[in-house]
Amino acid sequence: MSKGHNFSYFIHEGVSNMFTHGFMSFAAVGVTVACLLIMGTFTLVAYNINEQLHRLEQDNQILAFVDDSLNDLEARALIDDIEGIPNVRSVEFISREQALDAYISQYEESERDIFDGMEASVLRHRFAVHVTEISLLGETAASIDAVDGIARVKAYEDVASGFVAMRNVASVVCIALIAILFLISIFIISNTIRLTTFDRRDEIAIMKMVGATNGFIRWPFVYEGFLLGLLGSLIGFLLQWALYEFVARGVSASDTMQLIQMVPFSQIWHYVAAIFGLSGIVIGVFGSLTAIRKFLRV
Amino acid sequence: MIRFTDVEKRYDNGVDALRGISMSIEDGEFVFLVGHSGSGKSTIIKTLTGEVLPTAGRVMVNGFSLNKISERQIPLMRRTIGVIFQDFRLIETKNVYENLSFAMRAVGASPKAIKQRIPYVLDLVGLAGRSRRFPHELSGGEQQRVAIARALVNNPTTIVADEPTGNLDPARSYEIMQLLERINRLGTTVLVVTHELDLVKRFHKRIIVLERGRIVSDGKERPIRPVHRWE
Repeated sequence: MSKGHNFSYFIHEGVSNMFTHGFMSFAAVGVTVACLLIMGTFTLVAYNINEQLHRLEQDNQILAFVDDSLNDLEARALIDDIEGIPNVRSVEFISREQALDAYISQYEESERDIFDGMEASVLRHRFAVHVTEISLLGETAASIDAVDGIARVKAYEDVASGFVAMRNVASVVCIALIAILFLISIFIISNTIRLTTFDRRDEIAIMKMVGATNGFIRWPFVYEGFLLGLLGSLIGFLLQWALYEFVARGVSASDTMQLIQMVPFSQIWHYVAAIFGLSGIVIGVFGSLTAIRKFLRV
Repeated sequence: MIRFTDVEKRYDNGVDALRGISMSIEDGEFVFLVGHSGSGKSTIIKTLTGEVLPTAGRVMVNGFSLNKISERQIPLMRRTIGVIFQDFRLIETKNVYENLSFAMRAVGASPKAIKQRIPYVLDLVGLAGRSRRFPHELSGGEQQRVAIARALVNNPTTIVADEPTGNLDPARSYEIMQLLERINRLGTTVLVVTHELDLVKRFHKRIIVLERGRIVSDGKERPIRPVHRWE
């Protein structure tokens, strides 16, 4: 028995069965597309929420006030020490004068005269420090505080821990929901493929009767499941892309949702394509294998 | 060769389908297995094809001991038997040629072997020129010939026909039996399971009569039981 012509036979049977049983193939592809779209949309929403939270976290900064005894040059020189601290993403020096200007600019133009004659020396030089990982904000603030020449550090740890908690909860909820959706998808698709297989139980029975091995019977179904899954994932991906672009345009055009910044699809399309392709193929092949198992027990 | 030695089969529901069946069918023999509904005919076929395992006794089919057969060996054993059913069991979406090539492909035959074998077998069963027809375009007798061709196409040593004429009129039934007889003359062992005693009597062949899971008669003589008791 030549392996070469068997392989081409499996491929040929897989493809031709897909067309011969057009309606059931259409049903299996349709269910795959629907499941991937629901799962994909949910995942992309979760991803965007996560990114949005991450951006908001990045705005959270530590203010490190310089000791009054240091002159301008000595104060500015501290930037190297702070930049060398782990988890520090960026450091910006703010002079007394800049700090005063920023403080005054918070008030209305008409009220600013009350600050006339106010000396910048009432304020301290300071550094605005942004961190990479917000959950380590407390430790980073303590390290900055320990730098010689830093008088005091102000970090909004409560806000930071709030963001961390929110992100953790969102991640757990998303992972749980995506896992549930994935299992439901496999269940629905394997049942759909089981229906297509049920339609062909006579063919399987004939193959068994003439002495076909289980492996020989199984392969065309595996290829068929593979192709159905791949086709479903391709259609699902294109629809997901269209849906994402539609929502992204709607969000950017909306006045009430200006704060929300969606990640451009061009940045994530390859991840989405890989996940859709892999999920579709796994669902198709696994669905076929579980569906056919029952009919092979003769 | 088929050999049953003290074979018993009890199903999970408690029904004793076979009660101490002992029989031997030699290579090249033509045997009728007759009996009424519930006599155990179907269980004998299922035992022969490895669909059910005997509860007790020994079964040998074409060199395979079905008591000790592994799952991997079952397909190899089945390749030695061609099975024909009352309801033909053809694939409606495939034409005659495709139905046969499907059966050959299922056992890994090469495209070249398929091209060579199918015209020969179709000619043997009298269906040369019908290869592109679909089952629904054929008469009942022709469909059964396709089923016989499919059973023969992998060159088995034994043909087992389960009520092959059950759906056919008397004239077509006789033709099918003649065809099976011709196949037997070419060296293939043939076991025909039927309840049509009138038809069986027209062929001077060995007849095994089953009743309630037991063999009550075995030989070339006319069976003792009247026809109406079986139908």
